[in-house]
Amino acid sequence: MSNMATINSNKIKLTKSRIVFNIISYLLLIALSLACLLPFIMLISGSFTSEQVIRFEGYSILPKDFTLEAYEVVFQNPEQIFRAYGVSIFVAVVGTILGLFFLTMTAYVISRKDFKYRNVISFYFYFTTLFNGGMVCTYIFYIQYLHLKDNLLALILPLMMNVFYLLIMRSFVTSIPPALIESAKIDGAGEFRIFLQIILPLLKSGLATIGLFLTLGYWNDWYNAMLYINSEEKYPLQYMLYNMLQKQEAMAQIASQAGMSVENLPTNALKLAMAVVATGPIILLYPFVQKYFVKGITIGSVKG
Amino acid sequence: MKKQGFLHEFKKNRTLFFMVLPMMILVLVLSYLPMSGLVLAFKNYRFDLGVFGSDWNGLENFRYLFVSGTGWNITKNTIVYNLINLVTSQGLAILVAIVISELSGKVFKRITQSVIFLPYFISWVIVGTFIFNIFNYETGVMNNVLKTFGMDPVNVYSIPGVWPWIICIFNAWKWVGYNSIIYIAAITNIDTECYEACDIDGANIFQKIWYITLPSMKPTIITMVLLQIGRILRGDFEMFYQIVGNNGQLFDKTDVIDTYVFRSLLTNSNLGMTAAATLYQSVLCFIIIMVVNHIVKKVEADYALF
Repeated sequence: MSNMATINSNKIKLTKSRIVFNIISYLLLIALSLACLLPFIMLISGSFTSEQVIRFEGYSILPKDFTLEAYEVVFQNPEQIFRAYGVSIFVAVVGTILGLFFLTMTAYVISRKDFKYRNVISFYFYFTTLFNGGMVCTYIFYIQYLHLKDNLLALILPLMMNVFYLLIMRSFVTSIPPALIESAKIDGAGEFRIFLQIILPLLKSGLATIGLFLTLGYWNDWYNAMLYINSEEKYPLQYMLYNMLQKQEAMAQIASQAGMSVENLPTNALKLAMAVVATGPIILLYPFVQKYFVKGITIGSVKG
Repeated sequence: MKKQGFLHEFKKNRTLFFMVLPMMILVLVLSYLPMSGLVLAFKNYRFDLGVFGSDWNGLENFRYLFVSGTGWNITKNTIVYNLINLVTSQGLAILVAIVISELSGKVFKRITQSVIFLPYFISWVIVGTFIFNIFNYETGVMNNVLKTFGMDPVNVYSIPGVWPWIICIFNAWKWVGYNSIIYIAAITNIDTECYEACDIDGANIFQKIWYITLPSMKPTIITMVLLQIGRILRGDFEMFYQIVGNNGQLFDKTDVIDTYVFRSLLTNSNLGMTAAATLYQSVLCFIIIMVVNHIVKKVEADYALF
């Protein structure tokens, strides 16, 4: 009887603390979600606000009026933005394909238990995350000795290799049973052929995951462009946007291309409209690709 | 003997060697060779003489860096920011992970998780646009809101003291989704039997979190903290540069080693001193991570990074 009573009181206690916990949890998550969404909403509503309203009343959280003025200017002379899109897409595609191929091949080799030097080679890669030459030495070396100034390779090469992705890929490869490799060997297949014809087709979700990580890295990169790219026609999207936000000359150039005077240009809305145009593809793809990133991060967090 | 071992292995697995070669060469050229430039730290760099032709000047660059006071200030800022960011962003991520794992509403969980992961996907340039949108003096949302409440507008850019907060908030904001995924993975691995045993003992939800969830997350938390400590002298350049920019008024509070290095590169001044700052940063980082990892290994071998 007394036993019953304690169980009952426990249940009541449990529900009470549970209610408190749930209220706190929902409040926390809703507040955090709002904090994550609001900047995007403000960005979008600002980009649709007319310059008059922004100048006199400032940006607001929700749009006070609706005009396509800023977007009209952006697309009046779309050459610049299309070219920047082209550079970004080119760099992302080439970099992702090359990076993915060589990274996976490397991951495959260092996952082979019968390869004696796999740990030495892994450490060779890992060491670069512990110690590096830093921005100045890297910059001088790339410019003076590799002659990468104003070369698109300066945008592609540095982001091709990433130790973290290498380790995630190694986890993916390790999940393939080694017996498959053994039996292929017995059938007389060479190492490279085993990799191409047996391993790669089995790594679809690994390739998708790391490929997306690489693509995102390329798409969001502005740092390498800032250091190495001089000529405007080679600016990737993010750097073009940055340039526009920072430099008055960039605004003047847009004005002259659009045949307007700088004073008539909807400068404030234009900056936000450009940001919307530059982020658009990511936001649109986000629902479809998110799960791969979650998977990659989850695998990467398990120590291999 | 050893050489023979290598030759033997090379003959046996020749193709495998060739398969890792491209990445090894890439890393050699892009990461290892530039390290040789660190000799600049001991040189008086002149562009016309090149890295290796310039004259040696001993420890002059290091002396100059610290005598001028810059060295101390940027070191202090870098460490303070990293410590604050470590506590706030990991703390928030742990909290979010626990809360998401405990709640039952599937749709609500999925939506919030997607939303808080969103900031990870955008570049720091876009975050810079957000900052402009919110804080700029004439048209920013913040001043707009202040005005509607009848308060005076504030020029945030002239108050250096608030920037550590802004930076810390945006850092936590950008990484909370990413880090919470790691902690959620850790929580998913906890044996449900532990919780069932707890239920029978009549523990409430807070006790369960305190006595089971948190201790079970310990290895993951330690790994994350170790990774962050290994970077304690490295500032997130992209973040600082996009949030603060070239706003000289704020440098006293916001300059970290990496932004200082970048500015010297931009103005092409004192590259020797800059290389000294980099070398000092890299060597200290290396020593710190080695020592901390060694200690962790001694105390609890499983938790060590390598």
